[in-house]
Amino acid sequence: MKKKIQFLVSAFVLIAFVAQAQNPKAKSGTFALTHANIETVTKGVITDGTIIIQKGKITAVGTTVTVPSDATVIDCKGKWIYPGMIDGGTRLGLLEIGQIPQASDEDESGQVVPQMKALSAINPNSALIPVTRISGVTTVITAPGGGMFPGTAALINLHGYVPDQMFAGFEGVVMNFPNQARRGFYDRRTDEDIKKDVEKATKQMNDVWDKAIQYYKLDSATKGKGLIYYPEMTAFLPVIRGEQALMIEVNAANDIKAALKWVADKKIKKVIFTGVAEGWRFADEIAKAKIPVLVGPTLEEPARDYDRYDKPYANAGLLKKAGVKVALRTSQAENVRNLPYYAGFAATYGLGREEAMKAVTIVPAEIFGVADKFGSIEVGKVANVFVCDGDPFETKTNILHVFIDGWQMPMVSRQTLLYEEFLKRDPGLNKN
Amino acid sequence: MKKLIILLIVSISFSQVQAQVEHGNVLIKNGTVITITKGTFENTDVLVKDGKVSQIAKNIATPAGYKVIDATNKFVMPGIIDAHSHIALTGINEYSNAITPEVWTGDELNPFDISIYRALAGGVTVSHALHGSANSIGGESETIKHRYGTLDMNVLRMENAPRTIKFALGENPTGHGRRDGLQPQTRMGVEFVIREAFSEAKQYMEAWDKYNKEKLIKGFRGAPPTYSLRLETLADILKGNIIVHCHSYRADEINMLLKICKDFGVKRLVFQHVNEGFKVAPELAAAGAMASVFSDWWAYKLEVYYSTAYNAAILVRNGVVTSINSDSGELIRHLYHEAAKTQKYGGLSDDEALSLITINPAKQLGIDNRVGSLEVGKDADIAIFQNHPLSIYTIPMMTLVDGVVRFDREKDADDMRIYVDPKEVVDIPTLHAQDRSHDNCLRDAEKLTVKMFGIN
Repeated sequence: MKKKIQFLVSAFVLIAFVAQAQNPKAKSGTFALTHANIETVTKGVITDGTIIIQKGKITAVGTTVTVPSDATVIDCKGKWIYPGMIDGGTRLGLLEIGQIPQASDEDESGQVVPQMKALSAINPNSALIPVTRISGVTTVITAPGGGMFPGTAALINLHGYVPDQMFAGFEGVVMNFPNQARRGFYDRRTDEDIKKDVEKATKQMNDVWDKAIQYYKLDSATKGKGLIYYPEMTAFLPVIRGEQALMIEVNAANDIKAALKWVADKKIKKVIFTGVAEGWRFADEIAKAKIPVLVGPTLEEPARDYDRYDKPYANAGLLKKAGVKVALRTSQAENVRNLPYYAGFAATYGLGREEAMKAVTIVPAEIFGVADKFGSIEVGKVANVFVCDGDPFETKTNILHVFIDGWQMPMVSRQTLLYEEFLKRDPGLNKN
Repeated sequence: MKKLIILLIVSISFSQVQAQVEHGNVLIKNGTVITITKGTFENTDVLVKDGKVSQIAKNIATPAGYKVIDATNKFVMPGIIDAHSHIALTGINEYSNAITPEVWTGDELNPFDISIYRALAGGVTVSHALHGSANSIGGESETIKHRYGTLDMNVLRMENAPRTIKFALGENPTGHGRRDGLQPQTRMGVEFVIREAFSEAKQYMEAWDKYNKEKLIKGFRGAPPTYSLRLETLADILKGNIIVHCHSYRADEINMLLKICKDFGVKRLVFQHVNEGFKVAPELAAAGAMASVFSDWWAYKLEVYYSTAYNAAILVRNGVVTSINSDSGELIRHLYHEAAKTQKYGGLSDDEALSLITINPAKQLGIDNRVGSLEVGKDADIAIFQNHPLSIYTIPMMTLVDGVVRFDREKDADDMRIYVDPKEVVDIPTLHAQDRSHDNCLRDAEKLTVKMFGIN
């Protein structure tokens, strides 16, 4: 009898262990999120409203919505619903562990490698992805970094088992504009060295672009036939044709000025500035050029000792005030989850809450040309939404449910699992 | 020449004089006073006399000659304390040897560092200017008060703060060993070099004790043992005169140091970073060891890959005295926000969350009798916020150190540098954001970082 019980207990433990060892899956189906406060972003706030999610889309929003009979109903009384937040610049999926080269796929060798596609190297099973999406960030730009033209960035949704299932409809060629700034404490080049490096890089940039234009002209003249295999130049073609955006990383004030001139001189059709740390110094000029910006990180030290301490917090607000189209980015991999806090700081220091909310939802969607699918809660849009128990920018707010492409995400990550295991560890101090 | 020598002598003797610290007389009126240890009181005044809190009550009459600060609709809390920082230091890593307790970051203080002002602008009044983590036993460190505006490095020092020293485990010291072909190159080696250092210090201490006893005997003719600052400092750790602050990440190495300290009777121990502290929280609590953690940093290197942002909450719930630190000139500006993350990750109460950046780090630095809460008799290190300090919409408005206003959001100029070279042309900004793949504890050892990790 004792043995039998022992066997039963161990079998039970085994089953429990196996059940726990399995990762919970996302669920699809019809969902009704009822009695919620819905911040649509584009169409105001709906109180005591309902959202219906079917086949990955938002099929109804409002106060007089009929709940389909097959719907899984989630009562959201007293809760808030927002469109999934969009981060305008990350390394998510490319960078797993910062200091381990084998775990970073963001930086290919070579200064001019625009043909390197982030979308090919995104690891859908990165441990960083569940950590991010359960914070309400559903969609991110993931971008390569390194050389002058380090590759092509992609917009992805944070759920899927192959990159194709994650792709959210935008790619852009990344460019690091010749950088007249130090890159942190270890950069101990003299001012002269930096100026020389910038001159050299500027010459290379112009040479590359002249070549790309020539290649484009040949391509147009021959209708793409008979051209030699030249993948770098091929990758520039959609940018020159104006089909794809050039995402120019530019931060120092002088570089922003130079980039504005370069873009105008080269008549580049679709341009996005990224980073823009000192954008506030040339906010009017950026606004005049009608170039949208992906600003960030907000939580940063001023780039000059004599600048006011809160300038990086205020940057997004100052740009917006000048009339620039402003979206935010974290520039992070492992802590993209902090996007709402970057937005909160921007909101507090001048951008205002409403604009800050737009800067992580509808504005990036517009900049990436996917506002018909993402960035607000409207009928017909992709069901990227999350439910929370308060203002999502507030630090203590809990995110309760997340839907991506209409799939209900399991609200777990390795970090929550560790919490469950170790809050009250078993065995504790004594094993027996 | 003679004049020059006299000048030199005069300036040297001047620097020997006790640093002159400024103290203020202030009445902070009608705020919501968060004392941390004794509750929160609305519409309450805080009276500061000679840099100390002298009264906390409603409707205190303004004594003659006192500055009055109106804190109506504002929150008044003790100045924030950062138990792990490298600001105000010109150098942090003496990595020429695995064991360098003979050095002291107090020799590297830089009162002109604008980071001190930026920390004040985040309500931070005290920080622990720590040695780096390139070696297993690093240097002694200095606890500083953010008396920004002084030209005298000695004024930054917090008078009578206990001595502290930096230890380091894991990838940083083993990486250093690998680079130079020396011990330690493994976590086994780290244990050994620390045990060896303590053992030698114990012998040294015993030799001196023996000598000091014998020399009193009439007719004693022996020579004293050879003096060594290195062993002298290690002996002071064994005697309990220095608090150990140990850079650590993984559970196994934390447990290892707990055992060493038990074997050598070292009781004053604080683990820094301690990302896997949550895995050995019962052991930490049982040993009375404390933990100073990041709110949510992880995955920047292998030894922090298996981390969780719930670390602080798990440690608190298991009875470990826990603080949240910055290790960064950026993060130090918003520790109040970092503390708030423990409300999302683990549901800590307001007082519990704020303790992580006030009274708890004060305990870890051995200065909780002086700072870390608003109580009568304590130093008037005070931060005043618009909106609750744990809200994302909060704004630090004013920060006082010893009752002296050192940050005033409404009155301060944009450019708050103290030392300005009139010939300096600043055309080249520094983009700190492009520098995030580094462990800040390895500053000055960046050549080693490049070699170890092949970055940048």
